[in-house]
Amino acid sequence: MTKATWLPVVATLCLVGCAGVQSPLAPAGEQADRLYSLLELMVWICGAMYLAVLAFLGWSLWRARKQFAHDAVPTVEPNDTGLQRSLVAWSAIIIVGLVILSAASFLADRGLAQARDRDALQIRITGHQWWWRIEYHDPSTGRWIETANELHLPANQTARLALGSADVIHSFWVPNVAGKMDVIPGRANVLDVTPHRIGWFRGQCAEFCGAQHAHMAFDVKVDSPQDFAAWLAGQGRSASAPSDAVLTRGMQIVTTGQCSMCHVIRGTAAAGRPGPDLTHIGSRRSIAAGTLAMNRGNLQGWIAQPQTLKPGTMMPPVSLDPADADAASRYLESLK
Amino acid sequence: MTADAETPTAAERHRRLVETWGDAPGFWGFLTTVDPKRIAGRYILTAMLLLFLAGMLAVDMRLQLAQPDMHRMGPQAYDESFSLHGSTMLFLVSVPVMEAMAMWLVPLMVGQRTMAFPRLNAFSYWLYLGGVLMLWIPHALGFTPDLGWFEYPPLSGPGYAPGHRVDVWAQMITFTEVAALSISVNLVATILKMRPPGMTLARMPLFLWAMLIASLMTLFALPSIMLVTSMLISDRLVATQFFAPAAGGDALLFQHLFWFFGHPEVYIIFIPALGFVSAIVETFSRRTVFGHVPMVISMLSIALLAFGLWVHHMFAVGLPKLGNAFYTAASMAIALPAGIQIFCWIATIWSGKPQFRTPLLWVLGFIATFVIGGLSGVMTASAPLDLQLTDTYFVVAHLHYVLVGGALFPLFGAFCYWYPKGTGRLMSERWGVVAFALIFIGFNVSFMPMHILGLEGMPRRVYTYGPEMHWGMLNLIATLGTFISTAGGLVFVANALMSYYRGEVAGADPWGGPSLEWATDSPPPPHNFDNTPFIDSAVPLWTAKDHRPVLSGLSLDRRQVLVTSVVDALPEYRQRSPGASIWPLVAALGVSILFVGSIFTPWALVWGAVPVAIPLIGWFWPQRPRATTGPLRKRSA
Repeated sequence: MTKATWLPVVATLCLVGCAGVQSPLAPAGEQADRLYSLLELMVWICGAMYLAVLAFLGWSLWRARKQFAHDAVPTVEPNDTGLQRSLVAWSAIIIVGLVILSAASFLADRGLAQARDRDALQIRITGHQWWWRIEYHDPSTGRWIETANELHLPANQTARLALGSADVIHSFWVPNVAGKMDVIPGRANVLDVTPHRIGWFRGQCAEFCGAQHAHMAFDVKVDSPQDFAAWLAGQGRSASAPSDAVLTRGMQIVTTGQCSMCHVIRGTAAAGRPGPDLTHIGSRRSIAAGTLAMNRGNLQGWIAQPQTLKPGTMMPPVSLDPADADAASRYLESLK
Repeated sequence: MTADAETPTAAERHRRLVETWGDAPGFWGFLTTVDPKRIAGRYILTAMLLLFLAGMLAVDMRLQLAQPDMHRMGPQAYDESFSLHGSTMLFLVSVPVMEAMAMWLVPLMVGQRTMAFPRLNAFSYWLYLGGVLMLWIPHALGFTPDLGWFEYPPLSGPGYAPGHRVDVWAQMITFTEVAALSISVNLVATILKMRPPGMTLARMPLFLWAMLIASLMTLFALPSIMLVTSMLISDRLVATQFFAPAAGGDALLFQHLFWFFGHPEVYIIFIPALGFVSAIVETFSRRTVFGHVPMVISMLSIALLAFGLWVHHMFAVGLPKLGNAFYTAASMAIALPAGIQIFCWIATIWSGKPQFRTPLLWVLGFIATFVIGGLSGVMTASAPLDLQLTDTYFVVAHLHYVLVGGALFPLFGAFCYWYPKGTGRLMSERWGVVAFALIFIGFNVSFMPMHILGLEGMPRRVYTYGPEMHWGMLNLIATLGTFISTAGGLVFVANALMSYYRGEVAGADPWGGPSLEWATDSPPPPHNFDNTPFIDSAVPLWTAKDHRPVLSGLSLDRRQVLVTSVVDALPEYRQRSPGASIWPLVAALGVSILFVGSIFTPWALVWGAVPVAIPLIGWFWPQRPRATTGPLRKRSA
């Protein structure tokens, strides 16, 4: 891990182990690698410049110890030839530093923009207040497979993310994989990502987008290409049929009641568009855009009191009697 | 010119000048004064009060973020807090307080009795006060702006921000920008046309250069923000679609126009601070600042470059990469003039005989913190790297290092440095050092961890975060730092208040300063100087200690100022200077009615013109015979 030359210093400063699932300091993709190297170079050069300034300042204070005479008669424009030469040298050092950093920066930017394979995986990501709609292009069928708030990527392959917004400006950011890209209504932004480390990461909206900007996160899973293909195939299927009476009751509540106004569950009567696709919600790691862990209790709480858990969310509270609430959450949990 | 029958004695001259330039007693005098010192004092006190209020908002936010999942504030309260904090600090504290320092000091430094347009100063303050009330009265009434200090559409557009929160923010800006333009025009005219005889451009102190450059920048930058907020208001009020993509508008247009102002604004705040630092370093190093010419060129080049790098606030919006590379280079280039200036100040201390009084301590604190902010600025200037840094706590750390370390520390130093001039008393050195130490330590404890928080992925403007992010410890440290600096701030204020009554009497020149303001009494009389000074160097009080030549010929019984040429400061003519007047206040009230009304109806622009026009007619009503000298002199046909 040559990447970690100054990481230990930062880690010590942290005083706590960095979690690293949402951090540019733990790169897990080609783009993040480039930015990490650039950051490292910047920190070295800027750190050296800062030490130089402090050293000069310290020296001048040290000298002052001797100069600190009672002789306070001001000097007007003394002979500064030596200092003038030093100023020229100092300027030259700054220029060299800036040229290095500008060039490194330019090269890194070119690296990010390099043309990728034409057959990159196509993914459409749409920012909504306050969640992410994610659609995968299935090359074999030409179909778009929709999910929400959980991005799966195959390792060592380039995915082309087409970023759009349904409402206001958001910013798509998975720091372990790549730098951020704003999601702007009326503009088509594209971000290429090439992750190479398998694991779970986290992304979060980085542009203030209203009340629940803080809860507009998503999980990111980098899989082996085989696992990814299997996962995508699973997501492409319709929702599984309920296997017992309670789940059937749950399905009835969810797909014919209030929920179906806004949510899609493919293969059922629920076909609302405004909210996240719930076809395979049970397979996701979290709910409400990274706000709560995925489990039956949280689902039930979220359905009953979304405004308490995420004040301002577009999700309205749905009042169900305890048995129905239990059935609905069991049904949603079963949608693997 | 008509000579007086008898040459009056010095005491007699002084008495008559005080009578001519003094204000009416009591409350009427308070309302009508056009004395730049009184107006600037008001400006500074108002800004300091707001600094305290907005600082308390910051403490409140830090408490909310001290630990994960805190419920001290909901999202609405948090969003209002950071919006009010940022808008107040940038529009109502930083820019106005720097201009107010200039309004106070520039006439003294150029040895004049007042500024070029004294009534415009009064108008400026009343309008600024209108801007303050425009933001804080709605806060008291419960419709605080809640979208940050830059309110990007469409979030701030009619579709996503109903009500008047955004209008309040946009119109507050209009208020403060008109106020700032008024002072800037005034400063430019005063510095260019009212320097004392002998103060050629080459002999102009760095402080005046800084104020001249910052004022010129203000004149070029502010129209952009006034335009963009007006466009936003018209999108909201009369359904124009400047920023609505669905109707052919462009959301990014707002960002371009905003940052075309927003980036120069940072330097409008920062360049006056360079002036403070230069003045303090010069006085306390007991030598002229090393590298006068490189310093001036550095400031000029910062001012020029500042208009060519706004896009570095927009690297993540997806603009063409080649363009971004240009803005990267331009942004990084700022480090050269800034680095040269840092070198010059340290070199001045290095080769001088430094006296470590409180103002110089603030300068040392400035160098130690500002350079960190400058270098983190170089990092964010890199278009690709910025994609990882922008909109995170790294940027929060960066901007506070630049604005607090780079502008407020020098301001505090300047406050201590010129406090004896303004009040006639010295601040306590001991408590001054305590305040400095607490604020310096507290500031760094608060903001240094934020660099790391940003690199650990914490976005800015989140009202809470989950425990699984492991951001709690660093946030707790940052919050603790806030308490230390708040304590320091209270010590600073207490010191200023106590010294006002109990401080050691300062005399005219307690520090042995080089520039003209130290040549007059502390506090200065209403007319600043009994005689117009004549200058033969950039540090007149150091080169002409015993013999200070003066120029006479200005009236003792009428308000007159001396106008000189731009480059060589050769006397050109005597200009009558307007006296105290109530019209600036009435005009500011009229403009306020128009601005406030325009939030509710476009017709306010039509009918609001009436209450604006009437006081302006009163203000400019000819009440004196045409001058016999100067460009407006009465010419015989």
